[in-house]
Amino acid sequence: MSESSPTTSQGFSLRRGIEKVIDFTEPAVVGLIHLCGWSAIIFVMAIFFFVFKESLPAITGLEEGAIQGEVEQLDLVEFTTSPKWIPESAKKPTFGILALMVGTLSVTILSMVIAVPLGLGAAVYVSEFARGKPREILKVLIELLAAIPSVVWGFIGLVVLNPMLVDMTGEPVGLNILNAGIVLALMSVPIIVSVSEDALRAVPDSFREAGIALGANRWEMVYKVLFPAAKNGLLAAVLLGIGRGIGETMAVLMCTGHSVMMPTSIFDPVRTLTATIAAELGEAVRGDMHYHTLFLIGVVLFVFAFIINLTADLIVKGIKVQGNE
Amino acid sequence: MNYQVEFQDVNVSYGSDIALQNINLQIPKNEIFGIIGPANAGKTTFLKAINRTLEFIHNAKTKGDILFNGTNVRSIRNVYELRRKVGVVFPLPVGLPMSIFENVAYAPRRSGIHDKYELEELVQRCLQQAMLWDEVKDRLHMLGTKLSGGQQQRLTIARALSHSPDVLCLDEFSIAIDPVTTMKIEDVLSELKDEMTIILVTNLVQQARRLADQTAFFNKSELVEYGPTEKLFTSPDNQLTYDYVTGDFG
Repeated sequence: MSESSPTTSQGFSLRRGIEKVIDFTEPAVVGLIHLCGWSAIIFVMAIFFFVFKESLPAITGLEEGAIQGEVEQLDLVEFTTSPKWIPESAKKPTFGILALMVGTLSVTILSMVIAVPLGLGAAVYVSEFARGKPREILKVLIELLAAIPSVVWGFIGLVVLNPMLVDMTGEPVGLNILNAGIVLALMSVPIIVSVSEDALRAVPDSFREAGIALGANRWEMVYKVLFPAAKNGLLAAVLLGIGRGIGETMAVLMCTGHSVMMPTSIFDPVRTLTATIAAELGEAVRGDMHYHTLFLIGVVLFVFAFIINLTADLIVKGIKVQGNE
Repeated sequence: MNYQVEFQDVNVSYGSDIALQNINLQIPKNEIFGIIGPANAGKTTFLKAINRTLEFIHNAKTKGDILFNGTNVRSIRNVYELRRKVGVVFPLPVGLPMSIFENVAYAPRRSGIHDKYELEELVQRCLQQAMLWDEVKDRLHMLGTKLSGGQQQRLTIARALSHSPDVLCLDEFSIAIDPVTTMKIEDVLSELKDEMTIILVTNLVQQARRLADQTAFFNKSELVEYGPTEKLFTSPDNQLTYDYVTGDFG
Protein backbone atom coordinates (compact mmCIF):
# COMPACT_ATOMS: atom_id res chain seq x y z
CA MET A 1 0.00 0.00 0.00
CA SER A 2 2.69 2.41 1.02
CA GLU A 3 4.70 1.31 -2.02
CA SER A 4 1.97 1.78 -4.57
CA SER A 5 0.40 4.95 -3.25
CA PRO A 6 3.12 7.32 -4.53
CA THR A 7 2.78 5.96 -8.08
CA THR A 8 -1.01 6.19 -8.08
CA SER A 9 -1.00 9.62 -6.62
CA GLN A 10 1.68 10.61 -9.09
CA GLY A 11 -0.35 9.18 -11.98
CA PHE A 12 -3.38 10.90 -10.64
CA SER A 13 -1.66 14.23 -10.35
CA LEU A 14 -0.11 13.81 -13.82
CA ARG A 15 -3.53 13.26 -15.35
CA ARG A 16 -4.85 16.23 -13.47
CA GLY A 17 -1.86 18.20 -14.59
CA ILE A 18 -2.61 17.41 -18.24
CA GLU A 19 -6.23 18.30 -17.73
CA LYS A 20 -5.18 21.55 -16.19
CA VAL A 21 -2.87 22.29 -19.10
CA ILE A 22 -5.70 21.56 -21.53
CA ASP A 23 -8.07 23.75 -19.54
CA PHE A 24 -5.49 26.45 -19.60
CA THR A 25 -4.50 26.15 -23.26
CA GLU A 26 -8.07 25.93 -24.55
CA PRO A 27 -8.76 29.68 -24.19
CA ALA A 28 -5.28 30.41 -25.52
CA VAL A 29 -5.96 28.34 -28.66
CA VAL A 30 -9.36 29.96 -29.09
CA GLY A 31 -7.71 33.34 -28.68
CA LEU A 32 -5.08 32.45 -31.25
CA ILE A 33 -7.71 31.40 -33.76
CA HIS A 34 -9.60 34.63 -33.17
CA LEU A 35 -6.38 36.52 -33.72
CA CYS A 36 -5.81 34.72 -37.05
CA GLY A 37 -9.29 35.73 -38.15
CA TRP A 38 -8.91 39.30 -37.04
CA SER A 39 -5.43 39.64 -38.49
CA ALA A 40 -6.90 39.95 -41.98
CA ILE A 41 -8.91 42.95 -40.85
CA ILE A 42 -5.94 44.37 -38.96
CA PHE A 43 -3.70 44.08 -42.01
CA VAL A 44 -6.21 45.67 -44.36
CA MET A 45 -6.77 48.47 -41.87
CA ALA A 46 -3.04 48.96 -41.36
CA ILE A 47 -2.31 49.11 -45.07
CA PHE A 48 -5.22 51.45 -45.68
CA PHE A 49 -4.13 53.64 -42.78
CA PHE A 50 -0.53 53.84 -44.01
CA VAL A 51 -1.41 54.55 -47.63
CA PHE A 52 -4.01 57.09 -46.59
CA LYS A 53 -1.64 58.78 -44.15
CA GLU A 54 1.05 59.10 -46.81
CA SER A 55 -1.43 60.52 -49.30
CA LEU A 56 -3.03 62.99 -46.90
CA PRO A 57 -0.45 65.82 -47.23
CA ALA A 58 -1.23 66.02 -50.94
CA ILE A 59 -4.79 67.01 -50.11
CA THR A 60 -4.22 69.14 -47.01
CA GLY A 61 -1.23 70.90 -48.50
CA LEU A 62 2.45 70.75 -47.67
CA GLU A 63 5.05 73.46 -47.05
CA GLU A 64 8.37 71.69 -46.97
CA GLY A 65 8.84 70.92 -50.66
CA ALA A 66 7.14 74.09 -51.87
CA ILE A 67 8.66 77.41 -52.75
CA GLN A 68 9.17 79.58 -49.68
CA GLY A 69 6.01 81.22 -48.41
CA GLU A 70 3.69 79.23 -50.64
CA VAL A 71 1.61 76.27 -49.63
CA GLU A 72 1.54 73.60 -52.29
CA GLN A 73 -1.76 71.83 -52.53
CA LEU A 74 -3.12 69.25 -54.93
CA ASP A 75 -6.07 70.39 -57.00
CA LEU A 76 -8.49 67.48 -56.56
CA VAL A 77 -10.59 68.49 -59.55
CA GLU A 78 -7.50 68.50 -61.71
CA PHE A 79 -6.41 65.22 -60.15
CA THR A 80 -9.58 63.38 -61.13
CA THR A 81 -10.46 65.10 -64.42
CA SER A 82 -7.21 66.04 -66.12
CA PRO A 83 -5.65 63.56 -68.50
CA LYS A 84 -2.25 65.24 -68.03
CA TRP A 85 0.24 63.49 -65.80
CA ILE A 86 3.44 65.56 -65.79
CA PRO A 87 4.77 65.19 -62.25
CA GLU A 88 8.39 66.15 -62.87
CA SER A 89 7.80 69.31 -64.85
CA ALA A 90 10.07 72.12 -63.62
CA LYS A 91 7.66 74.86 -64.62
CA LYS A 92 4.30 73.49 -63.55
CA PRO A 93 3.87 69.89 -62.45
CA THR A 94 0.43 68.52 -63.35
CA PHE A 95 -1.11 65.58 -61.57
CA GLY A 96 -4.10 64.34 -63.54
CA ILE A 97 -4.91 60.64 -63.38
CA LEU A 98 -7.88 60.50 -65.73
CA ALA A 99 -5.77 58.96 -68.48
CA LEU A 100 -4.29 56.49 -66.01
CA MET A 101 -7.73 55.44 -64.75
CA VAL A 102 -8.97 55.05 -68.30
CA GLY A 103 -5.84 53.02 -69.02
CA THR A 104 -6.42 50.67 -66.10
CA LEU A 105 -10.13 50.28 -66.83
CA SER A 106 -9.74 49.75 -70.56
CA VAL A 107 -7.07 47.10 -70.14
CA THR A 108 -9.04 45.35 -67.38
CA ILE A 109 -12.34 45.42 -69.24
CA LEU A 110 -10.78 44.12 -72.45
CA SER A 111 -9.00 41.34 -70.57
CA MET A 112 -12.25 40.31 -68.86
CA VAL A 113 -14.12 40.30 -72.16
CA ILE A 114 -11.57 37.75 -73.34
CA ALA A 115 -10.93 35.87 -70.10
CA VAL A 116 -14.43 35.34 -68.67
CA PRO A 117 -15.92 33.36 -71.58
CA LEU A 118 -12.64 31.54 -72.11
CA GLY A 119 -12.23 30.74 -68.42
CA LEU A 120 -15.83 29.67 -67.85
CA GLY A 121 -15.79 27.59 -71.01
CA ALA A 122 -12.59 25.89 -69.95
CA ALA A 123 -14.01 25.26 -66.47
CA VAL A 124 -17.17 23.71 -67.91
CA TYR A 125 -15.07 21.52 -70.18
CA VAL A 126 -12.75 20.38 -67.41
CA SER A 127 -15.51 19.73 -64.91
CA GLU A 128 -18.32 18.37 -67.12
CA PHE A 129 -16.99 17.02 -70.38
CA ALA A 130 -13.35 16.00 -70.03
CA ARG A 131 -12.70 12.55 -68.58
CA GLY A 132 -9.72 10.57 -67.45
CA LYS A 133 -6.27 11.45 -68.77
CA PRO A 134 -7.05 14.61 -70.76
CA ARG A 135 -8.78 16.03 -67.71
CA GLU A 136 -5.84 15.39 -65.40
CA ILE A 137 -3.36 16.78 -67.89
CA LEU A 138 -5.48 19.88 -68.43
CA LYS A 139 -5.79 20.55 -64.72
CA VAL A 140 -2.05 20.28 -64.18
CA LEU A 141 -1.34 22.54 -67.15
CA ILE A 142 -3.82 25.17 -66.00
CA GLU A 143 -2.29 25.20 -62.56
CA LEU A 144 1.12 25.51 -64.16
CA LEU A 145 -0.18 28.49 -66.14
CA ALA A 146 -1.15 30.18 -62.89
CA ALA A 147 2.36 29.77 -61.54
CA ILE A 148 4.10 31.68 -64.34
CA PRO A 149 5.53 34.94 -62.90
CA SER A 150 4.03 38.13 -64.23
CA VAL A 151 7.35 39.39 -65.53
CA VAL A 152 7.47 36.36 -67.84
CA TRP A 153 4.03 37.24 -69.13
CA GLY A 154 5.27 40.78 -69.69
CA PHE A 155 8.22 39.39 -71.60
CA ILE A 156 5.89 37.34 -73.81
CA GLY A 157 3.79 40.43 -74.50
CA LEU A 158 6.87 42.43 -75.31
CA VAL A 159 8.78 39.94 -77.43
CA VAL A 160 6.16 37.59 -78.89
CA LEU A 161 2.84 39.40 -79.03
CA ASN A 162 4.30 42.79 -79.90
CA PRO A 163 5.69 41.88 -83.37
CA MET A 164 2.63 39.71 -84.06
CA LEU A 165 0.33 42.66 -83.44
CA VAL A 166 2.52 44.91 -85.58
CA ASP A 167 2.21 42.41 -88.44
CA MET A 168 -1.51 41.95 -88.05
CA THR A 169 -2.72 45.47 -87.36
CA GLY A 170 -0.17 47.51 -89.23
CA GLU A 171 0.38 49.77 -86.23
CA PRO A 172 3.97 51.00 -85.77
CA VAL A 173 4.19 49.55 -82.25
CA GLY A 174 2.36 46.54 -80.84
CA LEU A 175 2.42 47.64 -77.22
CA ASN A 176 -1.10 48.81 -76.55
CA ILE A 177 -4.42 48.05 -74.85
CA LEU A 178 -4.95 44.97 -77.01
CA ASN A 179 -1.56 43.51 -76.17
CA ALA A 180 -1.94 44.11 -72.42
CA GLY A 181 -5.56 42.93 -72.53
CA ILE A 182 -4.57 39.63 -74.12
CA VAL A 183 -1.69 39.08 -71.72
CA LEU A 184 -3.84 39.97 -68.70
CA ALA A 185 -6.59 37.69 -69.98
CA LEU A 186 -4.17 34.79 -70.24
CA MET A 187 -2.99 35.54 -66.72
CA SER A 188 -6.53 35.64 -65.31
CA VAL A 189 -7.81 32.54 -67.10
CA PRO A 190 -6.13 30.00 -64.80
CA ILE A 191 -7.59 31.69 -61.71
CA ILE A 192 -11.04 31.86 -63.23
CA VAL A 193 -10.82 28.25 -64.39
CA SER A 194 -9.69 26.74 -61.12
CA VAL A 195 -12.10 28.71 -58.91
CA SER A 196 -15.11 28.18 -61.15
CA GLU A 197 -14.25 24.52 -61.72
CA ASP A 198 -14.34 24.05 -57.94
CA ALA A 199 -17.70 25.81 -57.86
CA LEU A 200 -19.10 23.56 -60.59
CA ARG A 201 -17.71 20.40 -58.98
CA ALA A 202 -19.42 21.41 -55.74
CA VAL A 203 -22.84 21.14 -57.39
CA PRO A 204 -24.18 17.72 -56.38
CA ASP A 205 -24.54 15.12 -59.12
CA SER A 206 -28.22 14.78 -58.30
CA PHE A 207 -28.74 18.21 -59.91
CA ARG A 208 -27.17 16.96 -63.12
CA GLU A 209 -29.22 13.78 -63.07
CA ALA A 210 -32.42 15.73 -62.46
CA GLY A 211 -31.69 18.10 -65.31
CA ILE A 212 -30.82 15.27 -67.67
CA ALA A 213 -33.88 13.29 -66.65
CA LEU A 214 -36.04 16.25 -67.64
CA GLY A 215 -34.79 15.86 -71.16
CA ALA A 216 -32.30 18.72 -71.10
CA ASN A 217 -29.26 18.23 -73.27
CA ARG A 218 -25.88 18.71 -71.66
CA TRP A 219 -25.44 22.34 -72.62
CA GLU A 220 -28.91 23.22 -71.33
CA MET A 221 -28.11 21.35 -68.15
CA VAL A 222 -24.93 23.39 -67.70
CA TYR A 223 -26.64 26.66 -68.54
CA LYS A 224 -29.95 26.18 -66.77
CA VAL A 225 -28.96 24.10 -63.77
CA LEU A 226 -25.24 24.26 -63.05
CA PHE A 227 -24.66 27.98 -63.61
CA PRO A 228 -27.48 29.10 -61.31
CA ALA A 229 -26.51 26.52 -58.70
CA ALA A 230 -22.87 27.58 -58.76
CA LYS A 231 -23.45 31.29 -59.32
CA ASN A 232 -21.75 32.54 -56.16
CA GLY A 233 -18.59 30.59 -56.86
CA LEU A 234 -18.60 31.67 -60.49
CA LEU A 235 -19.02 35.29 -59.48
CA ALA A 236 -16.13 34.95 -57.06
CA ALA A 237 -14.04 33.53 -59.89
CA VAL A 238 -14.81 36.46 -62.18
CA LEU A 239 -14.10 38.96 -59.38
CA LEU A 240 -10.77 37.37 -58.62
CA GLY A 241 -10.00 37.72 -62.31
CA ILE A 242 -10.97 41.41 -62.30
CA GLY A 243 -8.98 41.93 -59.13
CA ARG A 244 -5.97 40.42 -60.79
CA GLY A 245 -6.52 42.65 -63.81
CA ILE A 246 -6.70 45.87 -61.83
CA GLY A 247 -3.89 44.98 -59.47
CA GLU A 248 -1.47 43.53 -62.01
CA THR A 249 1.56 45.75 -62.42
CA MET A 250 4.61 44.26 -64.03
CA ALA A 251 2.99 42.69 -67.09
CA VAL A 252 0.94 45.78 -67.92
CA LEU A 253 3.97 47.98 -67.36
CA MET A 254 5.74 46.02 -70.07
CA CYS A 255 2.83 45.53 -72.47
CA THR A 256 0.79 48.74 -72.49
CA GLY A 257 3.48 50.97 -73.94
CA HIS A 258 3.42 52.97 -70.72
CA SER A 259 2.58 56.31 -72.29
CA VAL A 260 0.13 58.74 -70.75
CA MET A 261 -2.65 59.37 -73.20
CA MET A 262 -6.39 59.10 -73.59
CA PRO A 263 -6.89 56.08 -75.83
CA THR A 264 -9.28 56.30 -78.75
CA SER A 265 -9.00 52.69 -79.87
CA ILE A 266 -7.65 49.42 -78.51
CA PHE A 267 -4.54 49.94 -80.64
CA ASP A 268 -3.51 52.96 -78.57
CA PRO A 269 -0.88 52.63 -75.87
CA VAL A 270 -1.93 53.57 -72.35
CA ARG A 271 -0.52 53.70 -68.88
CA THR A 272 -2.14 52.19 -65.82
CA LEU A 273 -2.39 53.36 -62.22
CA THR A 274 -0.37 50.47 -60.84
CA ALA A 275 2.40 50.75 -63.41
CA THR A 276 2.73 54.45 -62.63
CA ILE A 277 3.25 53.77 -58.95
CA ALA A 278 5.74 51.02 -59.67
CA ALA A 279 7.73 53.03 -62.17
CA GLU A 280 7.83 56.34 -60.32
CA LEU A 281 7.78 55.71 -56.61
CA GLY A 282 11.44 54.82 -56.53
CA GLU A 283 12.41 58.09 -58.20
CA ALA A 284 10.02 60.41 -56.41
CA VAL A 285 11.55 62.58 -53.72
CA ARG A 286 10.27 61.37 -50.41
CA GLY A 287 7.93 63.93 -48.93
CA ASP A 288 7.26 66.04 -52.01
CA MET A 289 4.01 66.40 -53.89
CA HIS A 290 4.80 63.72 -56.46
CA TYR A 291 5.49 61.20 -53.68
CA HIS A 292 2.26 61.91 -51.85
CA THR A 293 0.22 61.89 -55.05
CA LEU A 294 1.47 58.42 -55.90
CA PHE A 295 0.05 57.27 -52.58
CA LEU A 296 -3.21 58.99 -53.44
CA ILE A 297 -3.28 56.79 -56.54
CA GLY A 298 -2.97 53.87 -54.15
CA VAL A 299 -6.08 55.15 -52.37
CA VAL A 300 -7.87 55.32 -55.72
CA LEU A 301 -6.96 51.66 -56.32
CA PHE A 302 -8.41 50.89 -52.90
CA VAL A 303 -11.62 52.62 -53.89
CA PHE A 304 -11.75 50.55 -57.08
CA ALA A 305 -11.35 47.33 -55.12
CA PHE A 306 -14.01 48.45 -52.67
CA ILE A 307 -16.49 49.28 -55.45
CA ILE A 308 -15.92 45.88 -57.09
CA ASN A 309 -16.51 43.99 -53.87
CA LEU A 310 -19.55 46.06 -53.01
CA THR A 311 -21.02 45.49 -56.45
CA ALA A 312 -20.47 41.78 -56.11
CA ASP A 313 -22.14 41.79 -52.72
CA LEU A 314 -25.11 43.65 -54.10
CA ILE A 315 -25.38 41.30 -57.04
CA VAL A 316 -25.37 38.26 -54.78
CA LYS A 317 -27.90 39.86 -52.45
CA GLY A 318 -29.99 40.93 -55.42
CA ILE A 319 -30.19 37.35 -56.59
CA LYS A 320 -31.22 36.26 -53.12
CA VAL A 321 -33.93 38.90 -52.76
CA GLN A 322 -35.31 37.95 -56.14
CA GLY A 323 -35.45 34.37 -55.00
CA ASN A 324 -37.38 35.25 -51.87
CA GLU A 325 -40.18 37.06 -53.60
CA MET B 1 -49.71 -7.86 -75.70
CA ASN B 2 -48.13 -4.46 -76.08
CA TYR B 3 -45.60 -3.79 -73.37
CA GLN B 4 -44.46 -0.39 -72.16
CA VAL B 5 -41.02 -1.53 -71.13
CA GLU B 6 -39.37 -4.80 -71.95
CA PHE B 7 -35.95 -6.05 -70.85
CA GLN B 8 -34.34 -8.82 -72.92
CA ASP B 9 -31.22 -10.43 -71.46
CA VAL B 10 -29.99 -7.15 -70.07
CA ASN B 11 -26.62 -7.02 -68.35
CA VAL B 12 -25.18 -3.86 -66.86
CA SER B 13 -21.73 -3.50 -65.34
CA TYR B 14 -19.70 -0.66 -63.88
CA GLY B 15 -16.15 -1.57 -64.73
CA SER B 16 -15.73 -4.98 -63.14
CA ASP B 17 -18.77 -4.62 -60.86
CA ILE B 18 -21.87 -6.29 -62.18
CA ALA B 19 -24.98 -4.25 -61.47
CA LEU B 20 -27.63 -6.18 -63.39
CA GLN B 21 -27.45 -9.75 -64.62
CA ASN B 22 -29.64 -11.43 -67.22
CA ILE B 23 -32.72 -9.34 -66.63
CA ASN B 24 -35.79 -10.45 -68.55
CA LEU B 25 -39.09 -8.84 -67.79
CA GLN B 26 -42.08 -7.13 -69.34
CA ILE B 27 -43.96 -4.21 -67.87
CA PRO B 28 -47.45 -3.80 -69.34
CA LYS B 29 -48.96 -0.41 -70.04
CA ASN B 30 -51.00 1.45 -67.45
CA GLU B 31 -50.06 -0.54 -64.47
CA ILE B 32 -48.06 0.09 -61.33
CA PHE B 33 -45.02 -2.10 -61.35
CA GLY B 34 -43.36 -2.43 -57.97
CA ILE B 35 -39.69 -3.23 -57.52
CA ILE B 36 -38.44 -4.32 -54.12
CA GLY B 37 -35.12 -5.63 -52.92
CA PRO B 38 -32.27 -4.89 -50.54
CA ALA B 39 -29.64 -2.22 -51.12
CA ASN B 40 -27.25 -2.81 -53.98
CA ALA B 41 -29.70 -5.09 -55.77
CA GLY B 42 -29.61 -3.02 -58.97
CA LYS B 43 -32.95 -1.28 -58.62
CA THR B 44 -31.72 2.21 -59.41
CA THR B 45 -29.54 0.92 -62.24
CA PHE B 46 -32.66 -0.67 -63.69
CA LEU B 47 -34.39 2.73 -63.82
CA LYS B 48 -31.35 4.47 -65.25
CA ALA B 49 -31.10 1.90 -68.01
CA ILE B 50 -34.58 2.77 -69.24
CA ASN B 51 -33.98 6.45 -69.93
CA ARG B 52 -30.34 5.92 -70.86
CA THR B 53 -28.96 8.12 -68.10
CA LEU B 54 -26.52 5.28 -67.44
CA GLU B 55 -24.51 6.78 -70.28
CA PHE B 56 -23.34 9.50 -67.94
CA ILE B 57 -21.57 7.03 -65.71
CA HIS B 58 -18.42 6.73 -67.76
CA ASN B 59 -17.57 3.09 -67.06
CA ALA B 60 -21.12 1.76 -67.29
CA LYS B 61 -21.66 -0.92 -69.94
CA THR B 62 -25.05 -2.20 -71.07
CA LYS B 63 -25.65 -5.41 -72.99
CA GLY B 64 -28.92 -6.83 -74.21
CA ASP B 65 -32.01 -5.03 -75.46
CA ILE B 66 -34.34 -2.65 -73.67
CA LEU B 67 -37.56 -1.96 -75.53
CA PHE B 68 -39.55 1.16 -74.80
CA ASN B 69 -42.98 1.18 -76.47
CA GLY B 70 -41.59 -1.60 -78.63
CA THR B 71 -38.57 0.43 -79.78
CA ASN B 72 -35.07 -0.49 -78.78
CA VAL B 73 -33.82 2.43 -76.71
CA ARG B 74 -30.36 1.95 -78.15
CA SER B 75 -31.65 2.81 -81.59
CA ILE B 76 -33.42 5.99 -80.48
CA ARG B 77 -31.73 8.96 -82.10
CA ASN B 78 -33.23 11.73 -80.02
CA VAL B 79 -32.33 10.59 -76.54
CA TYR B 80 -33.72 13.82 -75.03
CA GLU B 81 -37.16 12.96 -76.29
CA LEU B 82 -36.88 9.50 -74.73
CA ARG B 83 -35.95 11.12 -71.43
CA ARG B 84 -38.94 13.42 -71.60
CA LYS B 85 -41.16 10.37 -72.00
CA VAL B 86 -39.74 8.93 -68.80
CA GLY B 87 -40.31 10.93 -65.64
CA VAL B 88 -37.89 10.10 -62.84
CA VAL B 89 -38.13 10.93 -59.15
CA PHE B 90 -34.90 10.33 -57.26
CA PRO B 91 -34.68 9.22 -53.63
CA LEU B 92 -33.32 12.52 -52.39
CA PRO B 93 -35.13 15.70 -53.30
CA VAL B 94 -33.56 17.93 -55.91
CA GLY B 95 -35.10 21.36 -56.23
CA LEU B 96 -33.39 22.83 -59.26
CA PRO B 97 -31.99 26.33 -58.71
CA MET B 98 -34.88 28.10 -60.39
CA SER B 99 -38.26 29.29 -59.15
CA ILE B 100 -40.92 26.76 -58.15
CA PHE B 101 -42.90 27.69 -61.24
CA GLU B 102 -39.87 27.30 -63.51
CA ASN B 103 -39.01 23.94 -61.96
CA VAL B 104 -42.30 22.57 -63.18
CA ALA B 105 -42.62 24.66 -66.34
CA TYR B 106 -39.16 23.85 -67.64
CA ALA B 107 -39.85 20.58 -69.42
CA PRO B 108 -43.22 21.57 -70.94
CA ARG B 109 -41.69 24.77 -72.27
CA ARG B 110 -38.94 22.75 -73.86
CA SER B 111 -41.45 20.54 -75.58
CA GLY B 112 -43.03 23.59 -77.14
CA ILE B 113 -45.72 24.90 -74.80
CA HIS B 114 -45.26 28.65 -74.56
CA ASP B 115 -48.76 29.91 -73.94
CA LYS B 116 -48.68 31.56 -70.52
CA TYR B 117 -52.19 30.52 -69.55
CA GLU B 118 -51.66 26.95 -70.61
CA LEU B 119 -48.38 26.76 -68.68
CA GLU B 120 -49.95 28.17 -65.53
CA GLU B 121 -52.73 25.64 -65.73
CA LEU B 122 -50.30 22.79 -66.25
CA VAL B 123 -48.07 23.87 -63.38
CA GLN B 124 -51.07 24.07 -61.08
CA ARG B 125 -52.30 20.63 -62.10
CA CYS B 126 -48.89 19.01 -61.55
CA LEU B 127 -48.42 20.69 -58.18
CA GLN B 128 -51.88 19.59 -57.13
CA GLN B 129 -51.18 16.02 -58.16
CA ALA B 130 -48.01 16.12 -56.10
CA MET B 131 -49.94 17.48 -53.09
CA LEU B 132 -47.84 20.62 -53.00
CA TRP B 133 -50.12 23.25 -54.52
CA ASP B 134 -51.77 24.46 -51.32
CA GLU B 135 -48.43 25.05 -49.65
CA VAL B 136 -46.78 26.99 -52.44
CA LYS B 137 -49.55 28.63 -54.47
CA ASP B 138 -48.76 32.06 -52.99
CA ARG B 139 -45.03 31.90 -53.58
CA LEU B 140 -44.54 30.25 -56.95
CA HIS B 141 -41.63 32.55 -57.73
CA MET B 142 -39.57 31.55 -54.74
CA LEU B 143 -36.46 29.50 -55.46
CA GLY B 144 -37.25 25.78 -55.48
CA THR B 145 -34.13 25.10 -53.43
CA LYS B 146 -35.60 27.10 -50.52
CA LEU B 147 -38.37 24.60 -49.85
CA SER B 148 -38.10 22.03 -47.08
CA GLY B 149 -36.85 18.54 -47.94
CA GLY B 150 -40.30 16.97 -48.10
CA GLN B 151 -41.66 19.85 -50.16
CA GLN B 152 -38.75 19.64 -52.56
CA GLN B 153 -39.45 15.96 -53.01
CA ARG B 154 -43.04 16.70 -53.93
CA LEU B 155 -41.74 19.42 -56.24
CA THR B 156 -39.62 16.74 -57.89
CA ILE B 157 -42.73 14.61 -58.37
CA ALA B 158 -44.59 17.57 -59.86
CA ARG B 159 -41.67 18.15 -62.18
CA ALA B 160 -41.64 14.53 -63.28
CA LEU B 161 -45.34 14.77 -64.08
CA SER B 162 -44.93 18.05 -65.95
CA HIS B 163 -43.91 16.52 -69.24
CA SER B 164 -46.80 14.01 -69.20
CA PRO B 165 -44.44 11.05 -69.38
CA ASP B 166 -45.44 7.63 -70.66
CA VAL B 167 -43.60 6.09 -67.74
CA LEU B 168 -43.15 7.54 -64.29
CA CYS B 169 -40.25 6.06 -62.36
CA LEU B 170 -40.27 6.62 -58.63
CA ASP B 171 -37.07 5.70 -56.84
CA GLU B 172 -37.90 5.42 -53.15
CA PHE B 173 -39.84 8.64 -53.37
CA SER B 174 -41.20 8.54 -49.82
CA ILE B 175 -37.87 8.64 -47.96
CA ALA B 176 -38.09 12.36 -47.27
CA ILE B 177 -41.86 12.66 -46.96
CA ASP B 178 -44.04 12.27 -43.89
CA PRO B 179 -46.42 9.27 -43.79
CA VAL B 180 -49.62 11.32 -44.21
CA THR B 181 -48.38 13.02 -47.36
CA THR B 182 -47.01 9.70 -48.58
CA MET B 183 -50.47 8.16 -48.32
CA LYS B 184 -51.98 11.08 -50.23
CA ILE B 185 -49.42 10.72 -53.00
CA GLU B 186 -50.07 7.00 -53.12
CA ASP B 187 -53.74 7.77 -53.79
CA VAL B 188 -52.70 10.07 -56.61
CA LEU B 189 -50.49 7.36 -58.08
CA SER B 190 -53.39 4.91 -58.19
CA GLU B 191 -55.37 7.49 -60.17
CA LEU B 192 -52.47 8.34 -62.48
CA LYS B 193 -52.32 4.72 -63.57
CA ASP B 194 -54.92 5.44 -66.22
CA GLU B 195 -52.64 7.97 -67.86
CA MET B 196 -49.23 6.36 -67.55
CA THR B 197 -47.22 3.35 -66.49
CA ILE B 198 -45.65 3.70 -63.07
CA ILE B 199 -42.50 1.93 -61.95
CA LEU B 200 -42.25 2.11 -58.21
CA VAL B 201 -38.94 1.23 -56.60
CA THR B 202 -39.49 1.08 -52.89
CA ASN B 203 -37.89 0.05 -49.65
CA LEU B 204 -41.26 -0.15 -48.00
CA VAL B 205 -42.41 -3.62 -48.89
CA GLN B 206 -45.94 -2.81 -47.80
CA GLN B 207 -46.04 0.18 -50.13
CA ALA B 208 -45.49 -2.15 -53.06
CA ARG B 209 -48.19 -4.44 -51.73
CA ARG B 210 -50.64 -1.56 -51.39
CA LEU B 211 -50.07 -0.08 -54.82
CA ALA B 212 -48.46 -2.42 -57.30
CA ASP B 213 -50.28 -4.63 -59.76
CA GLN B 214 -47.14 -6.64 -60.29
CA THR B 215 -44.04 -6.71 -58.16
CA ALA B 216 -40.49 -7.76 -58.94
CA PHE B 217 -37.95 -8.84 -56.37
CA PHE B 218 -34.33 -7.96 -57.10
CA ASN B 219 -31.43 -9.35 -55.14
CA LYS B 220 -27.68 -9.12 -55.81
CA SER B 221 -28.01 -7.78 -59.38
CA GLU B 222 -30.47 -10.49 -60.30
CA LEU B 223 -34.18 -10.55 -60.83
CA VAL B 224 -35.26 -13.29 -58.45
CA GLU B 225 -38.84 -13.34 -59.62
CA TYR B 226 -41.76 -11.16 -60.54
CA GLY B 227 -45.48 -11.59 -60.90
CA PRO B 228 -48.85 -10.42 -59.62
CA THR B 229 -48.29 -8.65 -56.31
CA GLU B 230 -50.66 -10.82 -54.27
CA LYS B 231 -48.98 -13.97 -55.48
CA LEU B 232 -45.52 -12.61 -54.75
CA PHE B 233 -46.51 -11.67 -51.25
CA THR B 234 -48.46 -14.79 -50.36
CA SER B 235 -47.02 -17.69 -52.31
CA PRO B 236 -43.80 -16.73 -54.07
CA ASP B 237 -41.91 -19.34 -56.05
CA ASN B 238 -38.61 -18.53 -54.44
CA GLN B 239 -37.74 -18.98 -50.78
CA LEU B 240 -35.62 -15.79 -50.82
CA THR B 241 -38.61 -13.76 -51.90
CA TYR B 242 -40.72 -15.26 -49.18
CA ASP B 243 -38.09 -14.41 -46.56
CA TYR B 244 -37.80 -10.87 -47.83
CA VAL B 245 -41.49 -10.04 -47.96
CA THR B 246 -42.13 -11.58 -44.57
CA GLY B 247 -39.19 -9.73 -43.04
CA ASP B 248 -37.14 -12.85 -42.43
CA PHE B 249 -34.37 -11.88 -44.79
CA GLY B 250 -30.93 -12.31 -43.32
